[in-house]
Amino acid sequence: MPLALLVSAALAAGAAQAQIKIGVTVSATGPAASLGIPEKNTFSIMPKSIGGKTVEYIVLDDASDTTTAVKNARKLISDDKVDVIIGSTVTPNALALVDVAAETETPIISLAASSRIIEPMDAKRKWVFKTPQNDSHMASAITGHMADAGVKTVGFIGFNDAYGNGWYDEVAKFADVRKLKIVANERFARNDTAVTGQILKIMSANPDAVLIAGAGTPAALPQKTLKERGYKGKTYQTHGVANPDFLRVCGKDCEDTFLPAGPILVASQLPAGNPIRKVALDYIGKYEKAFGAGSFSTFGGHAWDSGMVLERAIPEALKKAQPGTKEFRAALRDAMEKTTDLTVSHGVMNMTANDHLGFDQRARVMVEIKNGAWTLVGDAK
Amino acid sequence: MDGSIAAILAQDGLTTGAIYALLGLALVLVFSVTRVIFIPQGEFVAFGALTLAALQTGKFPLAIWLLLALGVVAFVMELYALWREHVRLVPAAVLRAAIHTMLMPTLVLIASLLLPQGQWPMLLQVAFTLAIVVPMGPLIYRVAYQPLASASTLVLLIVSVGVHYALIGLGLVMFGAEGARTEPFTDLRFSVGALQVSGQSLAVIGTAVLLILALYLYFERTLSGKALRATAVNRLGAQIVGIGIAQAGRLSFMLAAAMGTLCGVLIAPFTTVYYDSGFLIGLKGFVAAIIGGLASYPLAAAGSLLVGLLESYASFWASAYKEVIVFTLIIPVLLWRSLASPAHDDESEE
Repeated sequence: MPLALLVSAALAAGAAQAQIKIGVTVSATGPAASLGIPEKNTFSIMPKSIGGKTVEYIVLDDASDTTTAVKNARKLISDDKVDVIIGSTVTPNALALVDVAAETETPIISLAASSRIIEPMDAKRKWVFKTPQNDSHMASAITGHMADAGVKTVGFIGFNDAYGNGWYDEVAKFADVRKLKIVANERFARNDTAVTGQILKIMSANPDAVLIAGAGTPAALPQKTLKERGYKGKTYQTHGVANPDFLRVCGKDCEDTFLPAGPILVASQLPAGNPIRKVALDYIGKYEKAFGAGSFSTFGGHAWDSGMVLERAIPEALKKAQPGTKEFRAALRDAMEKTTDLTVSHGVMNMTANDHLGFDQRARVMVEIKNGAWTLVGDAK
Repeated sequence: MDGSIAAILAQDGLTTGAIYALLGLALVLVFSVTRVIFIPQGEFVAFGALTLAALQTGKFPLAIWLLLALGVVAFVMELYALWREHVRLVPAAVLRAAIHTMLMPTLVLIASLLLPQGQWPMLLQVAFTLAIVVPMGPLIYRVAYQPLASASTLVLLIVSVGVHYALIGLGLVMFGAEGARTEPFTDLRFSVGALQVSGQSLAVIGTAVLLILALYLYFERTLSGKALRATAVNRLGAQIVGIGIAQAGRLSFMLAAAMGTLCGVLIAPFTTVYYDSGFLIGLKGFVAAIIGGLASYPLAAAGSLLVGLLESYASFWASAYKEVIVFTLIIPVLLWRSLASPAHDDESEE
């Protein structure tokens, strides 16, 4: 009898502190640190209770390393018994987590961009969701803008990794539709000290526009070299550069550059009728209150959006099962898949069984760098 | 490729080659004197560039705290060594240890607090950067390498890997994940025929040549330079004639740190430097040093130019395989070296 009492007391105590545990693995150090740090920061301002339950975020750093990301995910699932995992920051890490998600039947929300993380939909990817736009969203915006501006020939220079190669594939796909010809295809590395050779080769092909597919401040180097060599055509960057440090490093050499980005980048310039404006400004306000004015970046927005998806899905899942159980994880997965009309800081989500992102063209705007600031191009209703 | 493109690429290759030359020479110097394969050489490049950038944006360079911490650790280690030797601490010896380890960091800290904020002239910024980063060289030697000075090359290499990772991590904490660029020394540009020559690359090549000349004079004409050379030729012999091994080690690390920091200051205006940029740059200097067999200064310098030019032309012809091409260079070089020189065992030298 005393034993039974003890056990039931222990169970009751367990139920009283029944929390929802969210495991996070982001790349707060290593090559992707500039993306991972704002993501990590964002979790500190996320809601501490959802659907009447307290929420605990267990944030781990995977140092931009794939093996560590997998190790983190396994630890979060087996030791901490988390209900859902958010992460990781970069595509290779996120892809590696797909297997872990399927094997342990734990839903994962990826903060990395590649569409391969959630496509093609299969039994494993059933467990995987993501919040950043697909590269194809962005590539269609860029090539559309090029076509409208009368560009016929494009020179491409991208990172010598999955990011650059993925972008090249996407742009090549759209190039036919938009009647663009890719006349040069070059690669550079994040830590390169010079890209003169590549730029000279591109310029000898004399393209109307050059697209630089790099992330963060390293993408400034090709642009500076283009300016230095007197290139007169248009330059395009990808959304990977959308952080204030890029503007700081690139300075006046990046004037008049076009890039696609999530609407959050120019949230305050969005028209008042755009629902994204309010959500994005709300996040920026909270983030900058905690980490200083001008400190937000679009990457942190992806993390915030993952929280918004959970805020919508967790109350639904709670109707079916208790947190910490296999049933709850499955219910959470089902609920996330049914996310409809959810306005997040990067767009409006309508997920389906086949589309675990659910963004449409509202999730990207074209931006021009003017006077060292991001300036919205077009009206973006 | 036409003539003008070839010329631009050559100019570019020579500029980066000059940087690799300085790093390659520093690696040869450190290895020949202390048998340390100094992997963290590149970190001084990043620290130098980022400290200068911090000074230019009016931020307090956090590297000063690292310098101070290294000084304190080195001082404590010195005290412990003294205590083990003499059982009680002789005031004069303690004072000497304090001057060796704590003087520079303290001076730098005081200077940083006293000097007015705001824009300083470029030369002062560079001098202050050197004053912050260069003393780290001998302090790192004192803390990480000196206690193991007589260990095998392999152990010293493993220590180097450890020091490299520690410095990279500290670099991320001190400078953040994003890169920085400094203001150019000069906007000067002039054309020679079809070729646009930038004053910036002339400054780099000029500084490298001057530094190599200065090193030559130092090794040929000064007593401490000759002592370093003697240690490199025969450590035991040098010790017998009264050259302190630890002293020579500290000196070689200081020179290496100075050359690394100067490289950082030189490249910072035309490329974005990150907390972890130094490693790859240092590695290419290492390829150059390997070409010189980690022993010959002129061969290392020539190798650096080769690496720089190869990299520049490779980035034009096959940008996706640039690094592969540069690092593959090491294979034929190693083959040639092992065929050309009779096999010798590293550990049996002493």
